[in-house]
Amino acid sequence: MPTSFEKPFLIAGLIFLIAFPYIAEAAGNAYFTSTVARILIFAIAAISLDLILGYGGMVSFGHAAYLGIGAYVVAILSFHGYDGSALFGLPGTEYAPIVWPLGVALSAVVALGLGALCLRTSGVYFIMITLAFAQMLFFFFVSLQRYGGDDGLFMFAGRSTMPFIDLDNDTTFYYVCLAFLAGFFILCRAIVASRFGRVLRGIKQNERRMVMLGYPVYRYKLAAFVIAGAGAGLAGVLLANHTKFVSPDILHWTKSGDILIMVILGGIGTLTGPILGSAAFLLLEDYLPVIFGALSMDLLKDHWRIVFGPMLILIVLFARRGLYGMLFRRETDDG
Amino acid sequence: MLLFVEQLLNGLQLGIFLFLVAAGLTLIFGIMGLINLAHGSLFMIGAYVAATVTGWTGSFTIGLLSALPAAAIAGVIIEFVVMRRLYDRDHLDQVLATFGLILFINEAVTMIWGRTPLFLNVPDALKGTIEIIPGVPYPIYRVAIIAAGILVALILWLIITRTRAGMLIRAGSTNREMVAALGVDIALLYTALFAAGAVFAGFAGAMAGPLVSVQVGMGEQILILAFVVIVIGGIGSVRGALVGSLLVGIVDTLGRAFVPDILKLFLAPAEADGIGGGLSSMMVYLLMALVLVIRPSGLFPTAAAAR
Repeated sequence: MPTSFEKPFLIAGLIFLIAFPYIAEAAGNAYFTSTVARILIFAIAAISLDLILGYGGMVSFGHAAYLGIGAYVVAILSFHGYDGSALFGLPGTEYAPIVWPLGVALSAVVALGLGALCLRTSGVYFIMITLAFAQMLFFFFVSLQRYGGDDGLFMFAGRSTMPFIDLDNDTTFYYVCLAFLAGFFILCRAIVASRFGRVLRGIKQNERRMVMLGYPVYRYKLAAFVIAGAGAGLAGVLLANHTKFVSPDILHWTKSGDILIMVILGGIGTLTGPILGSAAFLLLEDYLPVIFGALSMDLLKDHWRIVFGPMLILIVLFARRGLYGMLFRRETDDG
Repeated sequence: MLLFVEQLLNGLQLGIFLFLVAAGLTLIFGIMGLINLAHGSLFMIGAYVAATVTGWTGSFTIGLLSALPAAAIAGVIIEFVVMRRLYDRDHLDQVLATFGLILFINEAVTMIWGRTPLFLNVPDALKGTIEIIPGVPYPIYRVAIIAAGILVALILWLIITRTRAGMLIRAGSTNREMVAALGVDIALLYTALFAAGAVFAGFAGAMAGPLVSVQVGMGEQILILAFVVIVIGGIGSVRGALVGSLLVGIVDTLGRAFVPDILKLFLAPAEADGIGGGLSSMMVYLLMALVLVIRPSGLFPTAAAAR
């Protein structure tokens, strides 16, 4: 439940994010804009995961797979557009109004196929199977020698093109990411509040009860899984454009773990939480080494993960409600 | 045909490694209801300790023998410090905490041994080849692995079916609350089982040392395959783990060896190599999908799977 405190926070946050490129420029470090764009992109992925994890109770450990599919659609079409070769008899393209929906749609289709299989199981099986299928897609992209295999694929043609909007400008691209995040956030808010969202939460609380009440539980879960896959696909599309480079690393299983951590760190079962989690995670990843460097702890600077791992365990053990819980919920209120 | 037999043996040998890792993992899940991503790290620790001690002493036997207690100690420490607090948590917490453990252990291993992979030689006594089947020379070391794996599987089977500890394990995987209620020291049983699982994984890691490069991340590769094995075999079932391991090992190895060639019958060679490479590394996952369609709770479902 959103608290009275949450809405002003979101509005203030949005204003801050809109002003951010100017602040970064005034501070003399325009590079920050790119860092924050990355945070916005992963926030989309984290929100999409929380839709099935926090609201639907499905612990998917393979969410990075859809990120990868969205990213590879952009990169592969750009590759064919750049060298003029054909893919399945069709020319490649960098034109965003074609490529981006295609990336999202393909992610949704793959999520439909894999979800239909994975959702035949539940609990710990589901965790292992989503992980295994994501690994399968990882190996699939590793084996695509034509598209760089292990080494990945540079998008020599640059970012996708769009009418009236110059995506190659970092600030413009930042605002596009922000717009997509805001749009996706509003969409998910509507989904969560809708009858569909309520059924989903009912399934999380007690699946058997919902079956008894006559809901086609499997179809509801699958629909949520597909929406989440499409959301991650959108994040992937933006991610490929952000770095102008894709590699199988995007769908490595540790990335799926990273996105899960973002959700938990921010606050599971909320939509604002994953945004906070994405920011906290990526900033920690970027600045833990810097902080250790500044404290002249050189050993930890190179091996910051040795601190990050136990930190994660402690968060899981003692701070389950995440940043969202700390900010907006004083009392214990689970459910 | 000769190539086929040779690849079949290779598949058997991969299956044995998978079994050693999956057996511990599946028992730990079956009884404690715990999903442990860091199980692969014990495999890695076994390999690193074996490689290092072999380097110091020049004896692979001593290296192998020291890997077992090292893995057991690591397992007990992990159980004592982290896992104990996770038994009553939901699977999501377990996944995240053990993911944190992986980050920690991988980084610790990098700090101790560096990023360069270690290489371990096949021990002198097991060098060379042997013709088990006339006309198919096969490395003795790999035969030794297969033999050792079969031996361990036998011992495990004897322990589980013939001893009191095995009886408790079987009882625990059916109804752990009841076992605790009957006055069995469940905490001790958990620690012992965790240590045993660690020893199996460490043993597999040490044996794998001479065949693969010993490096950070080797544990997770085998861990994910072990998950596939468990999904195919059925959670909590050692028999399922055995059958699943052999299936996955053989399908993976034969797939890699023959899928590109089979595709060449239909496609142009360049295309066949491209698609074949991708398809062959996906074979085991397709096998898993097939099993899921036919039997969603694995080939040998147990009571634990219902949880």
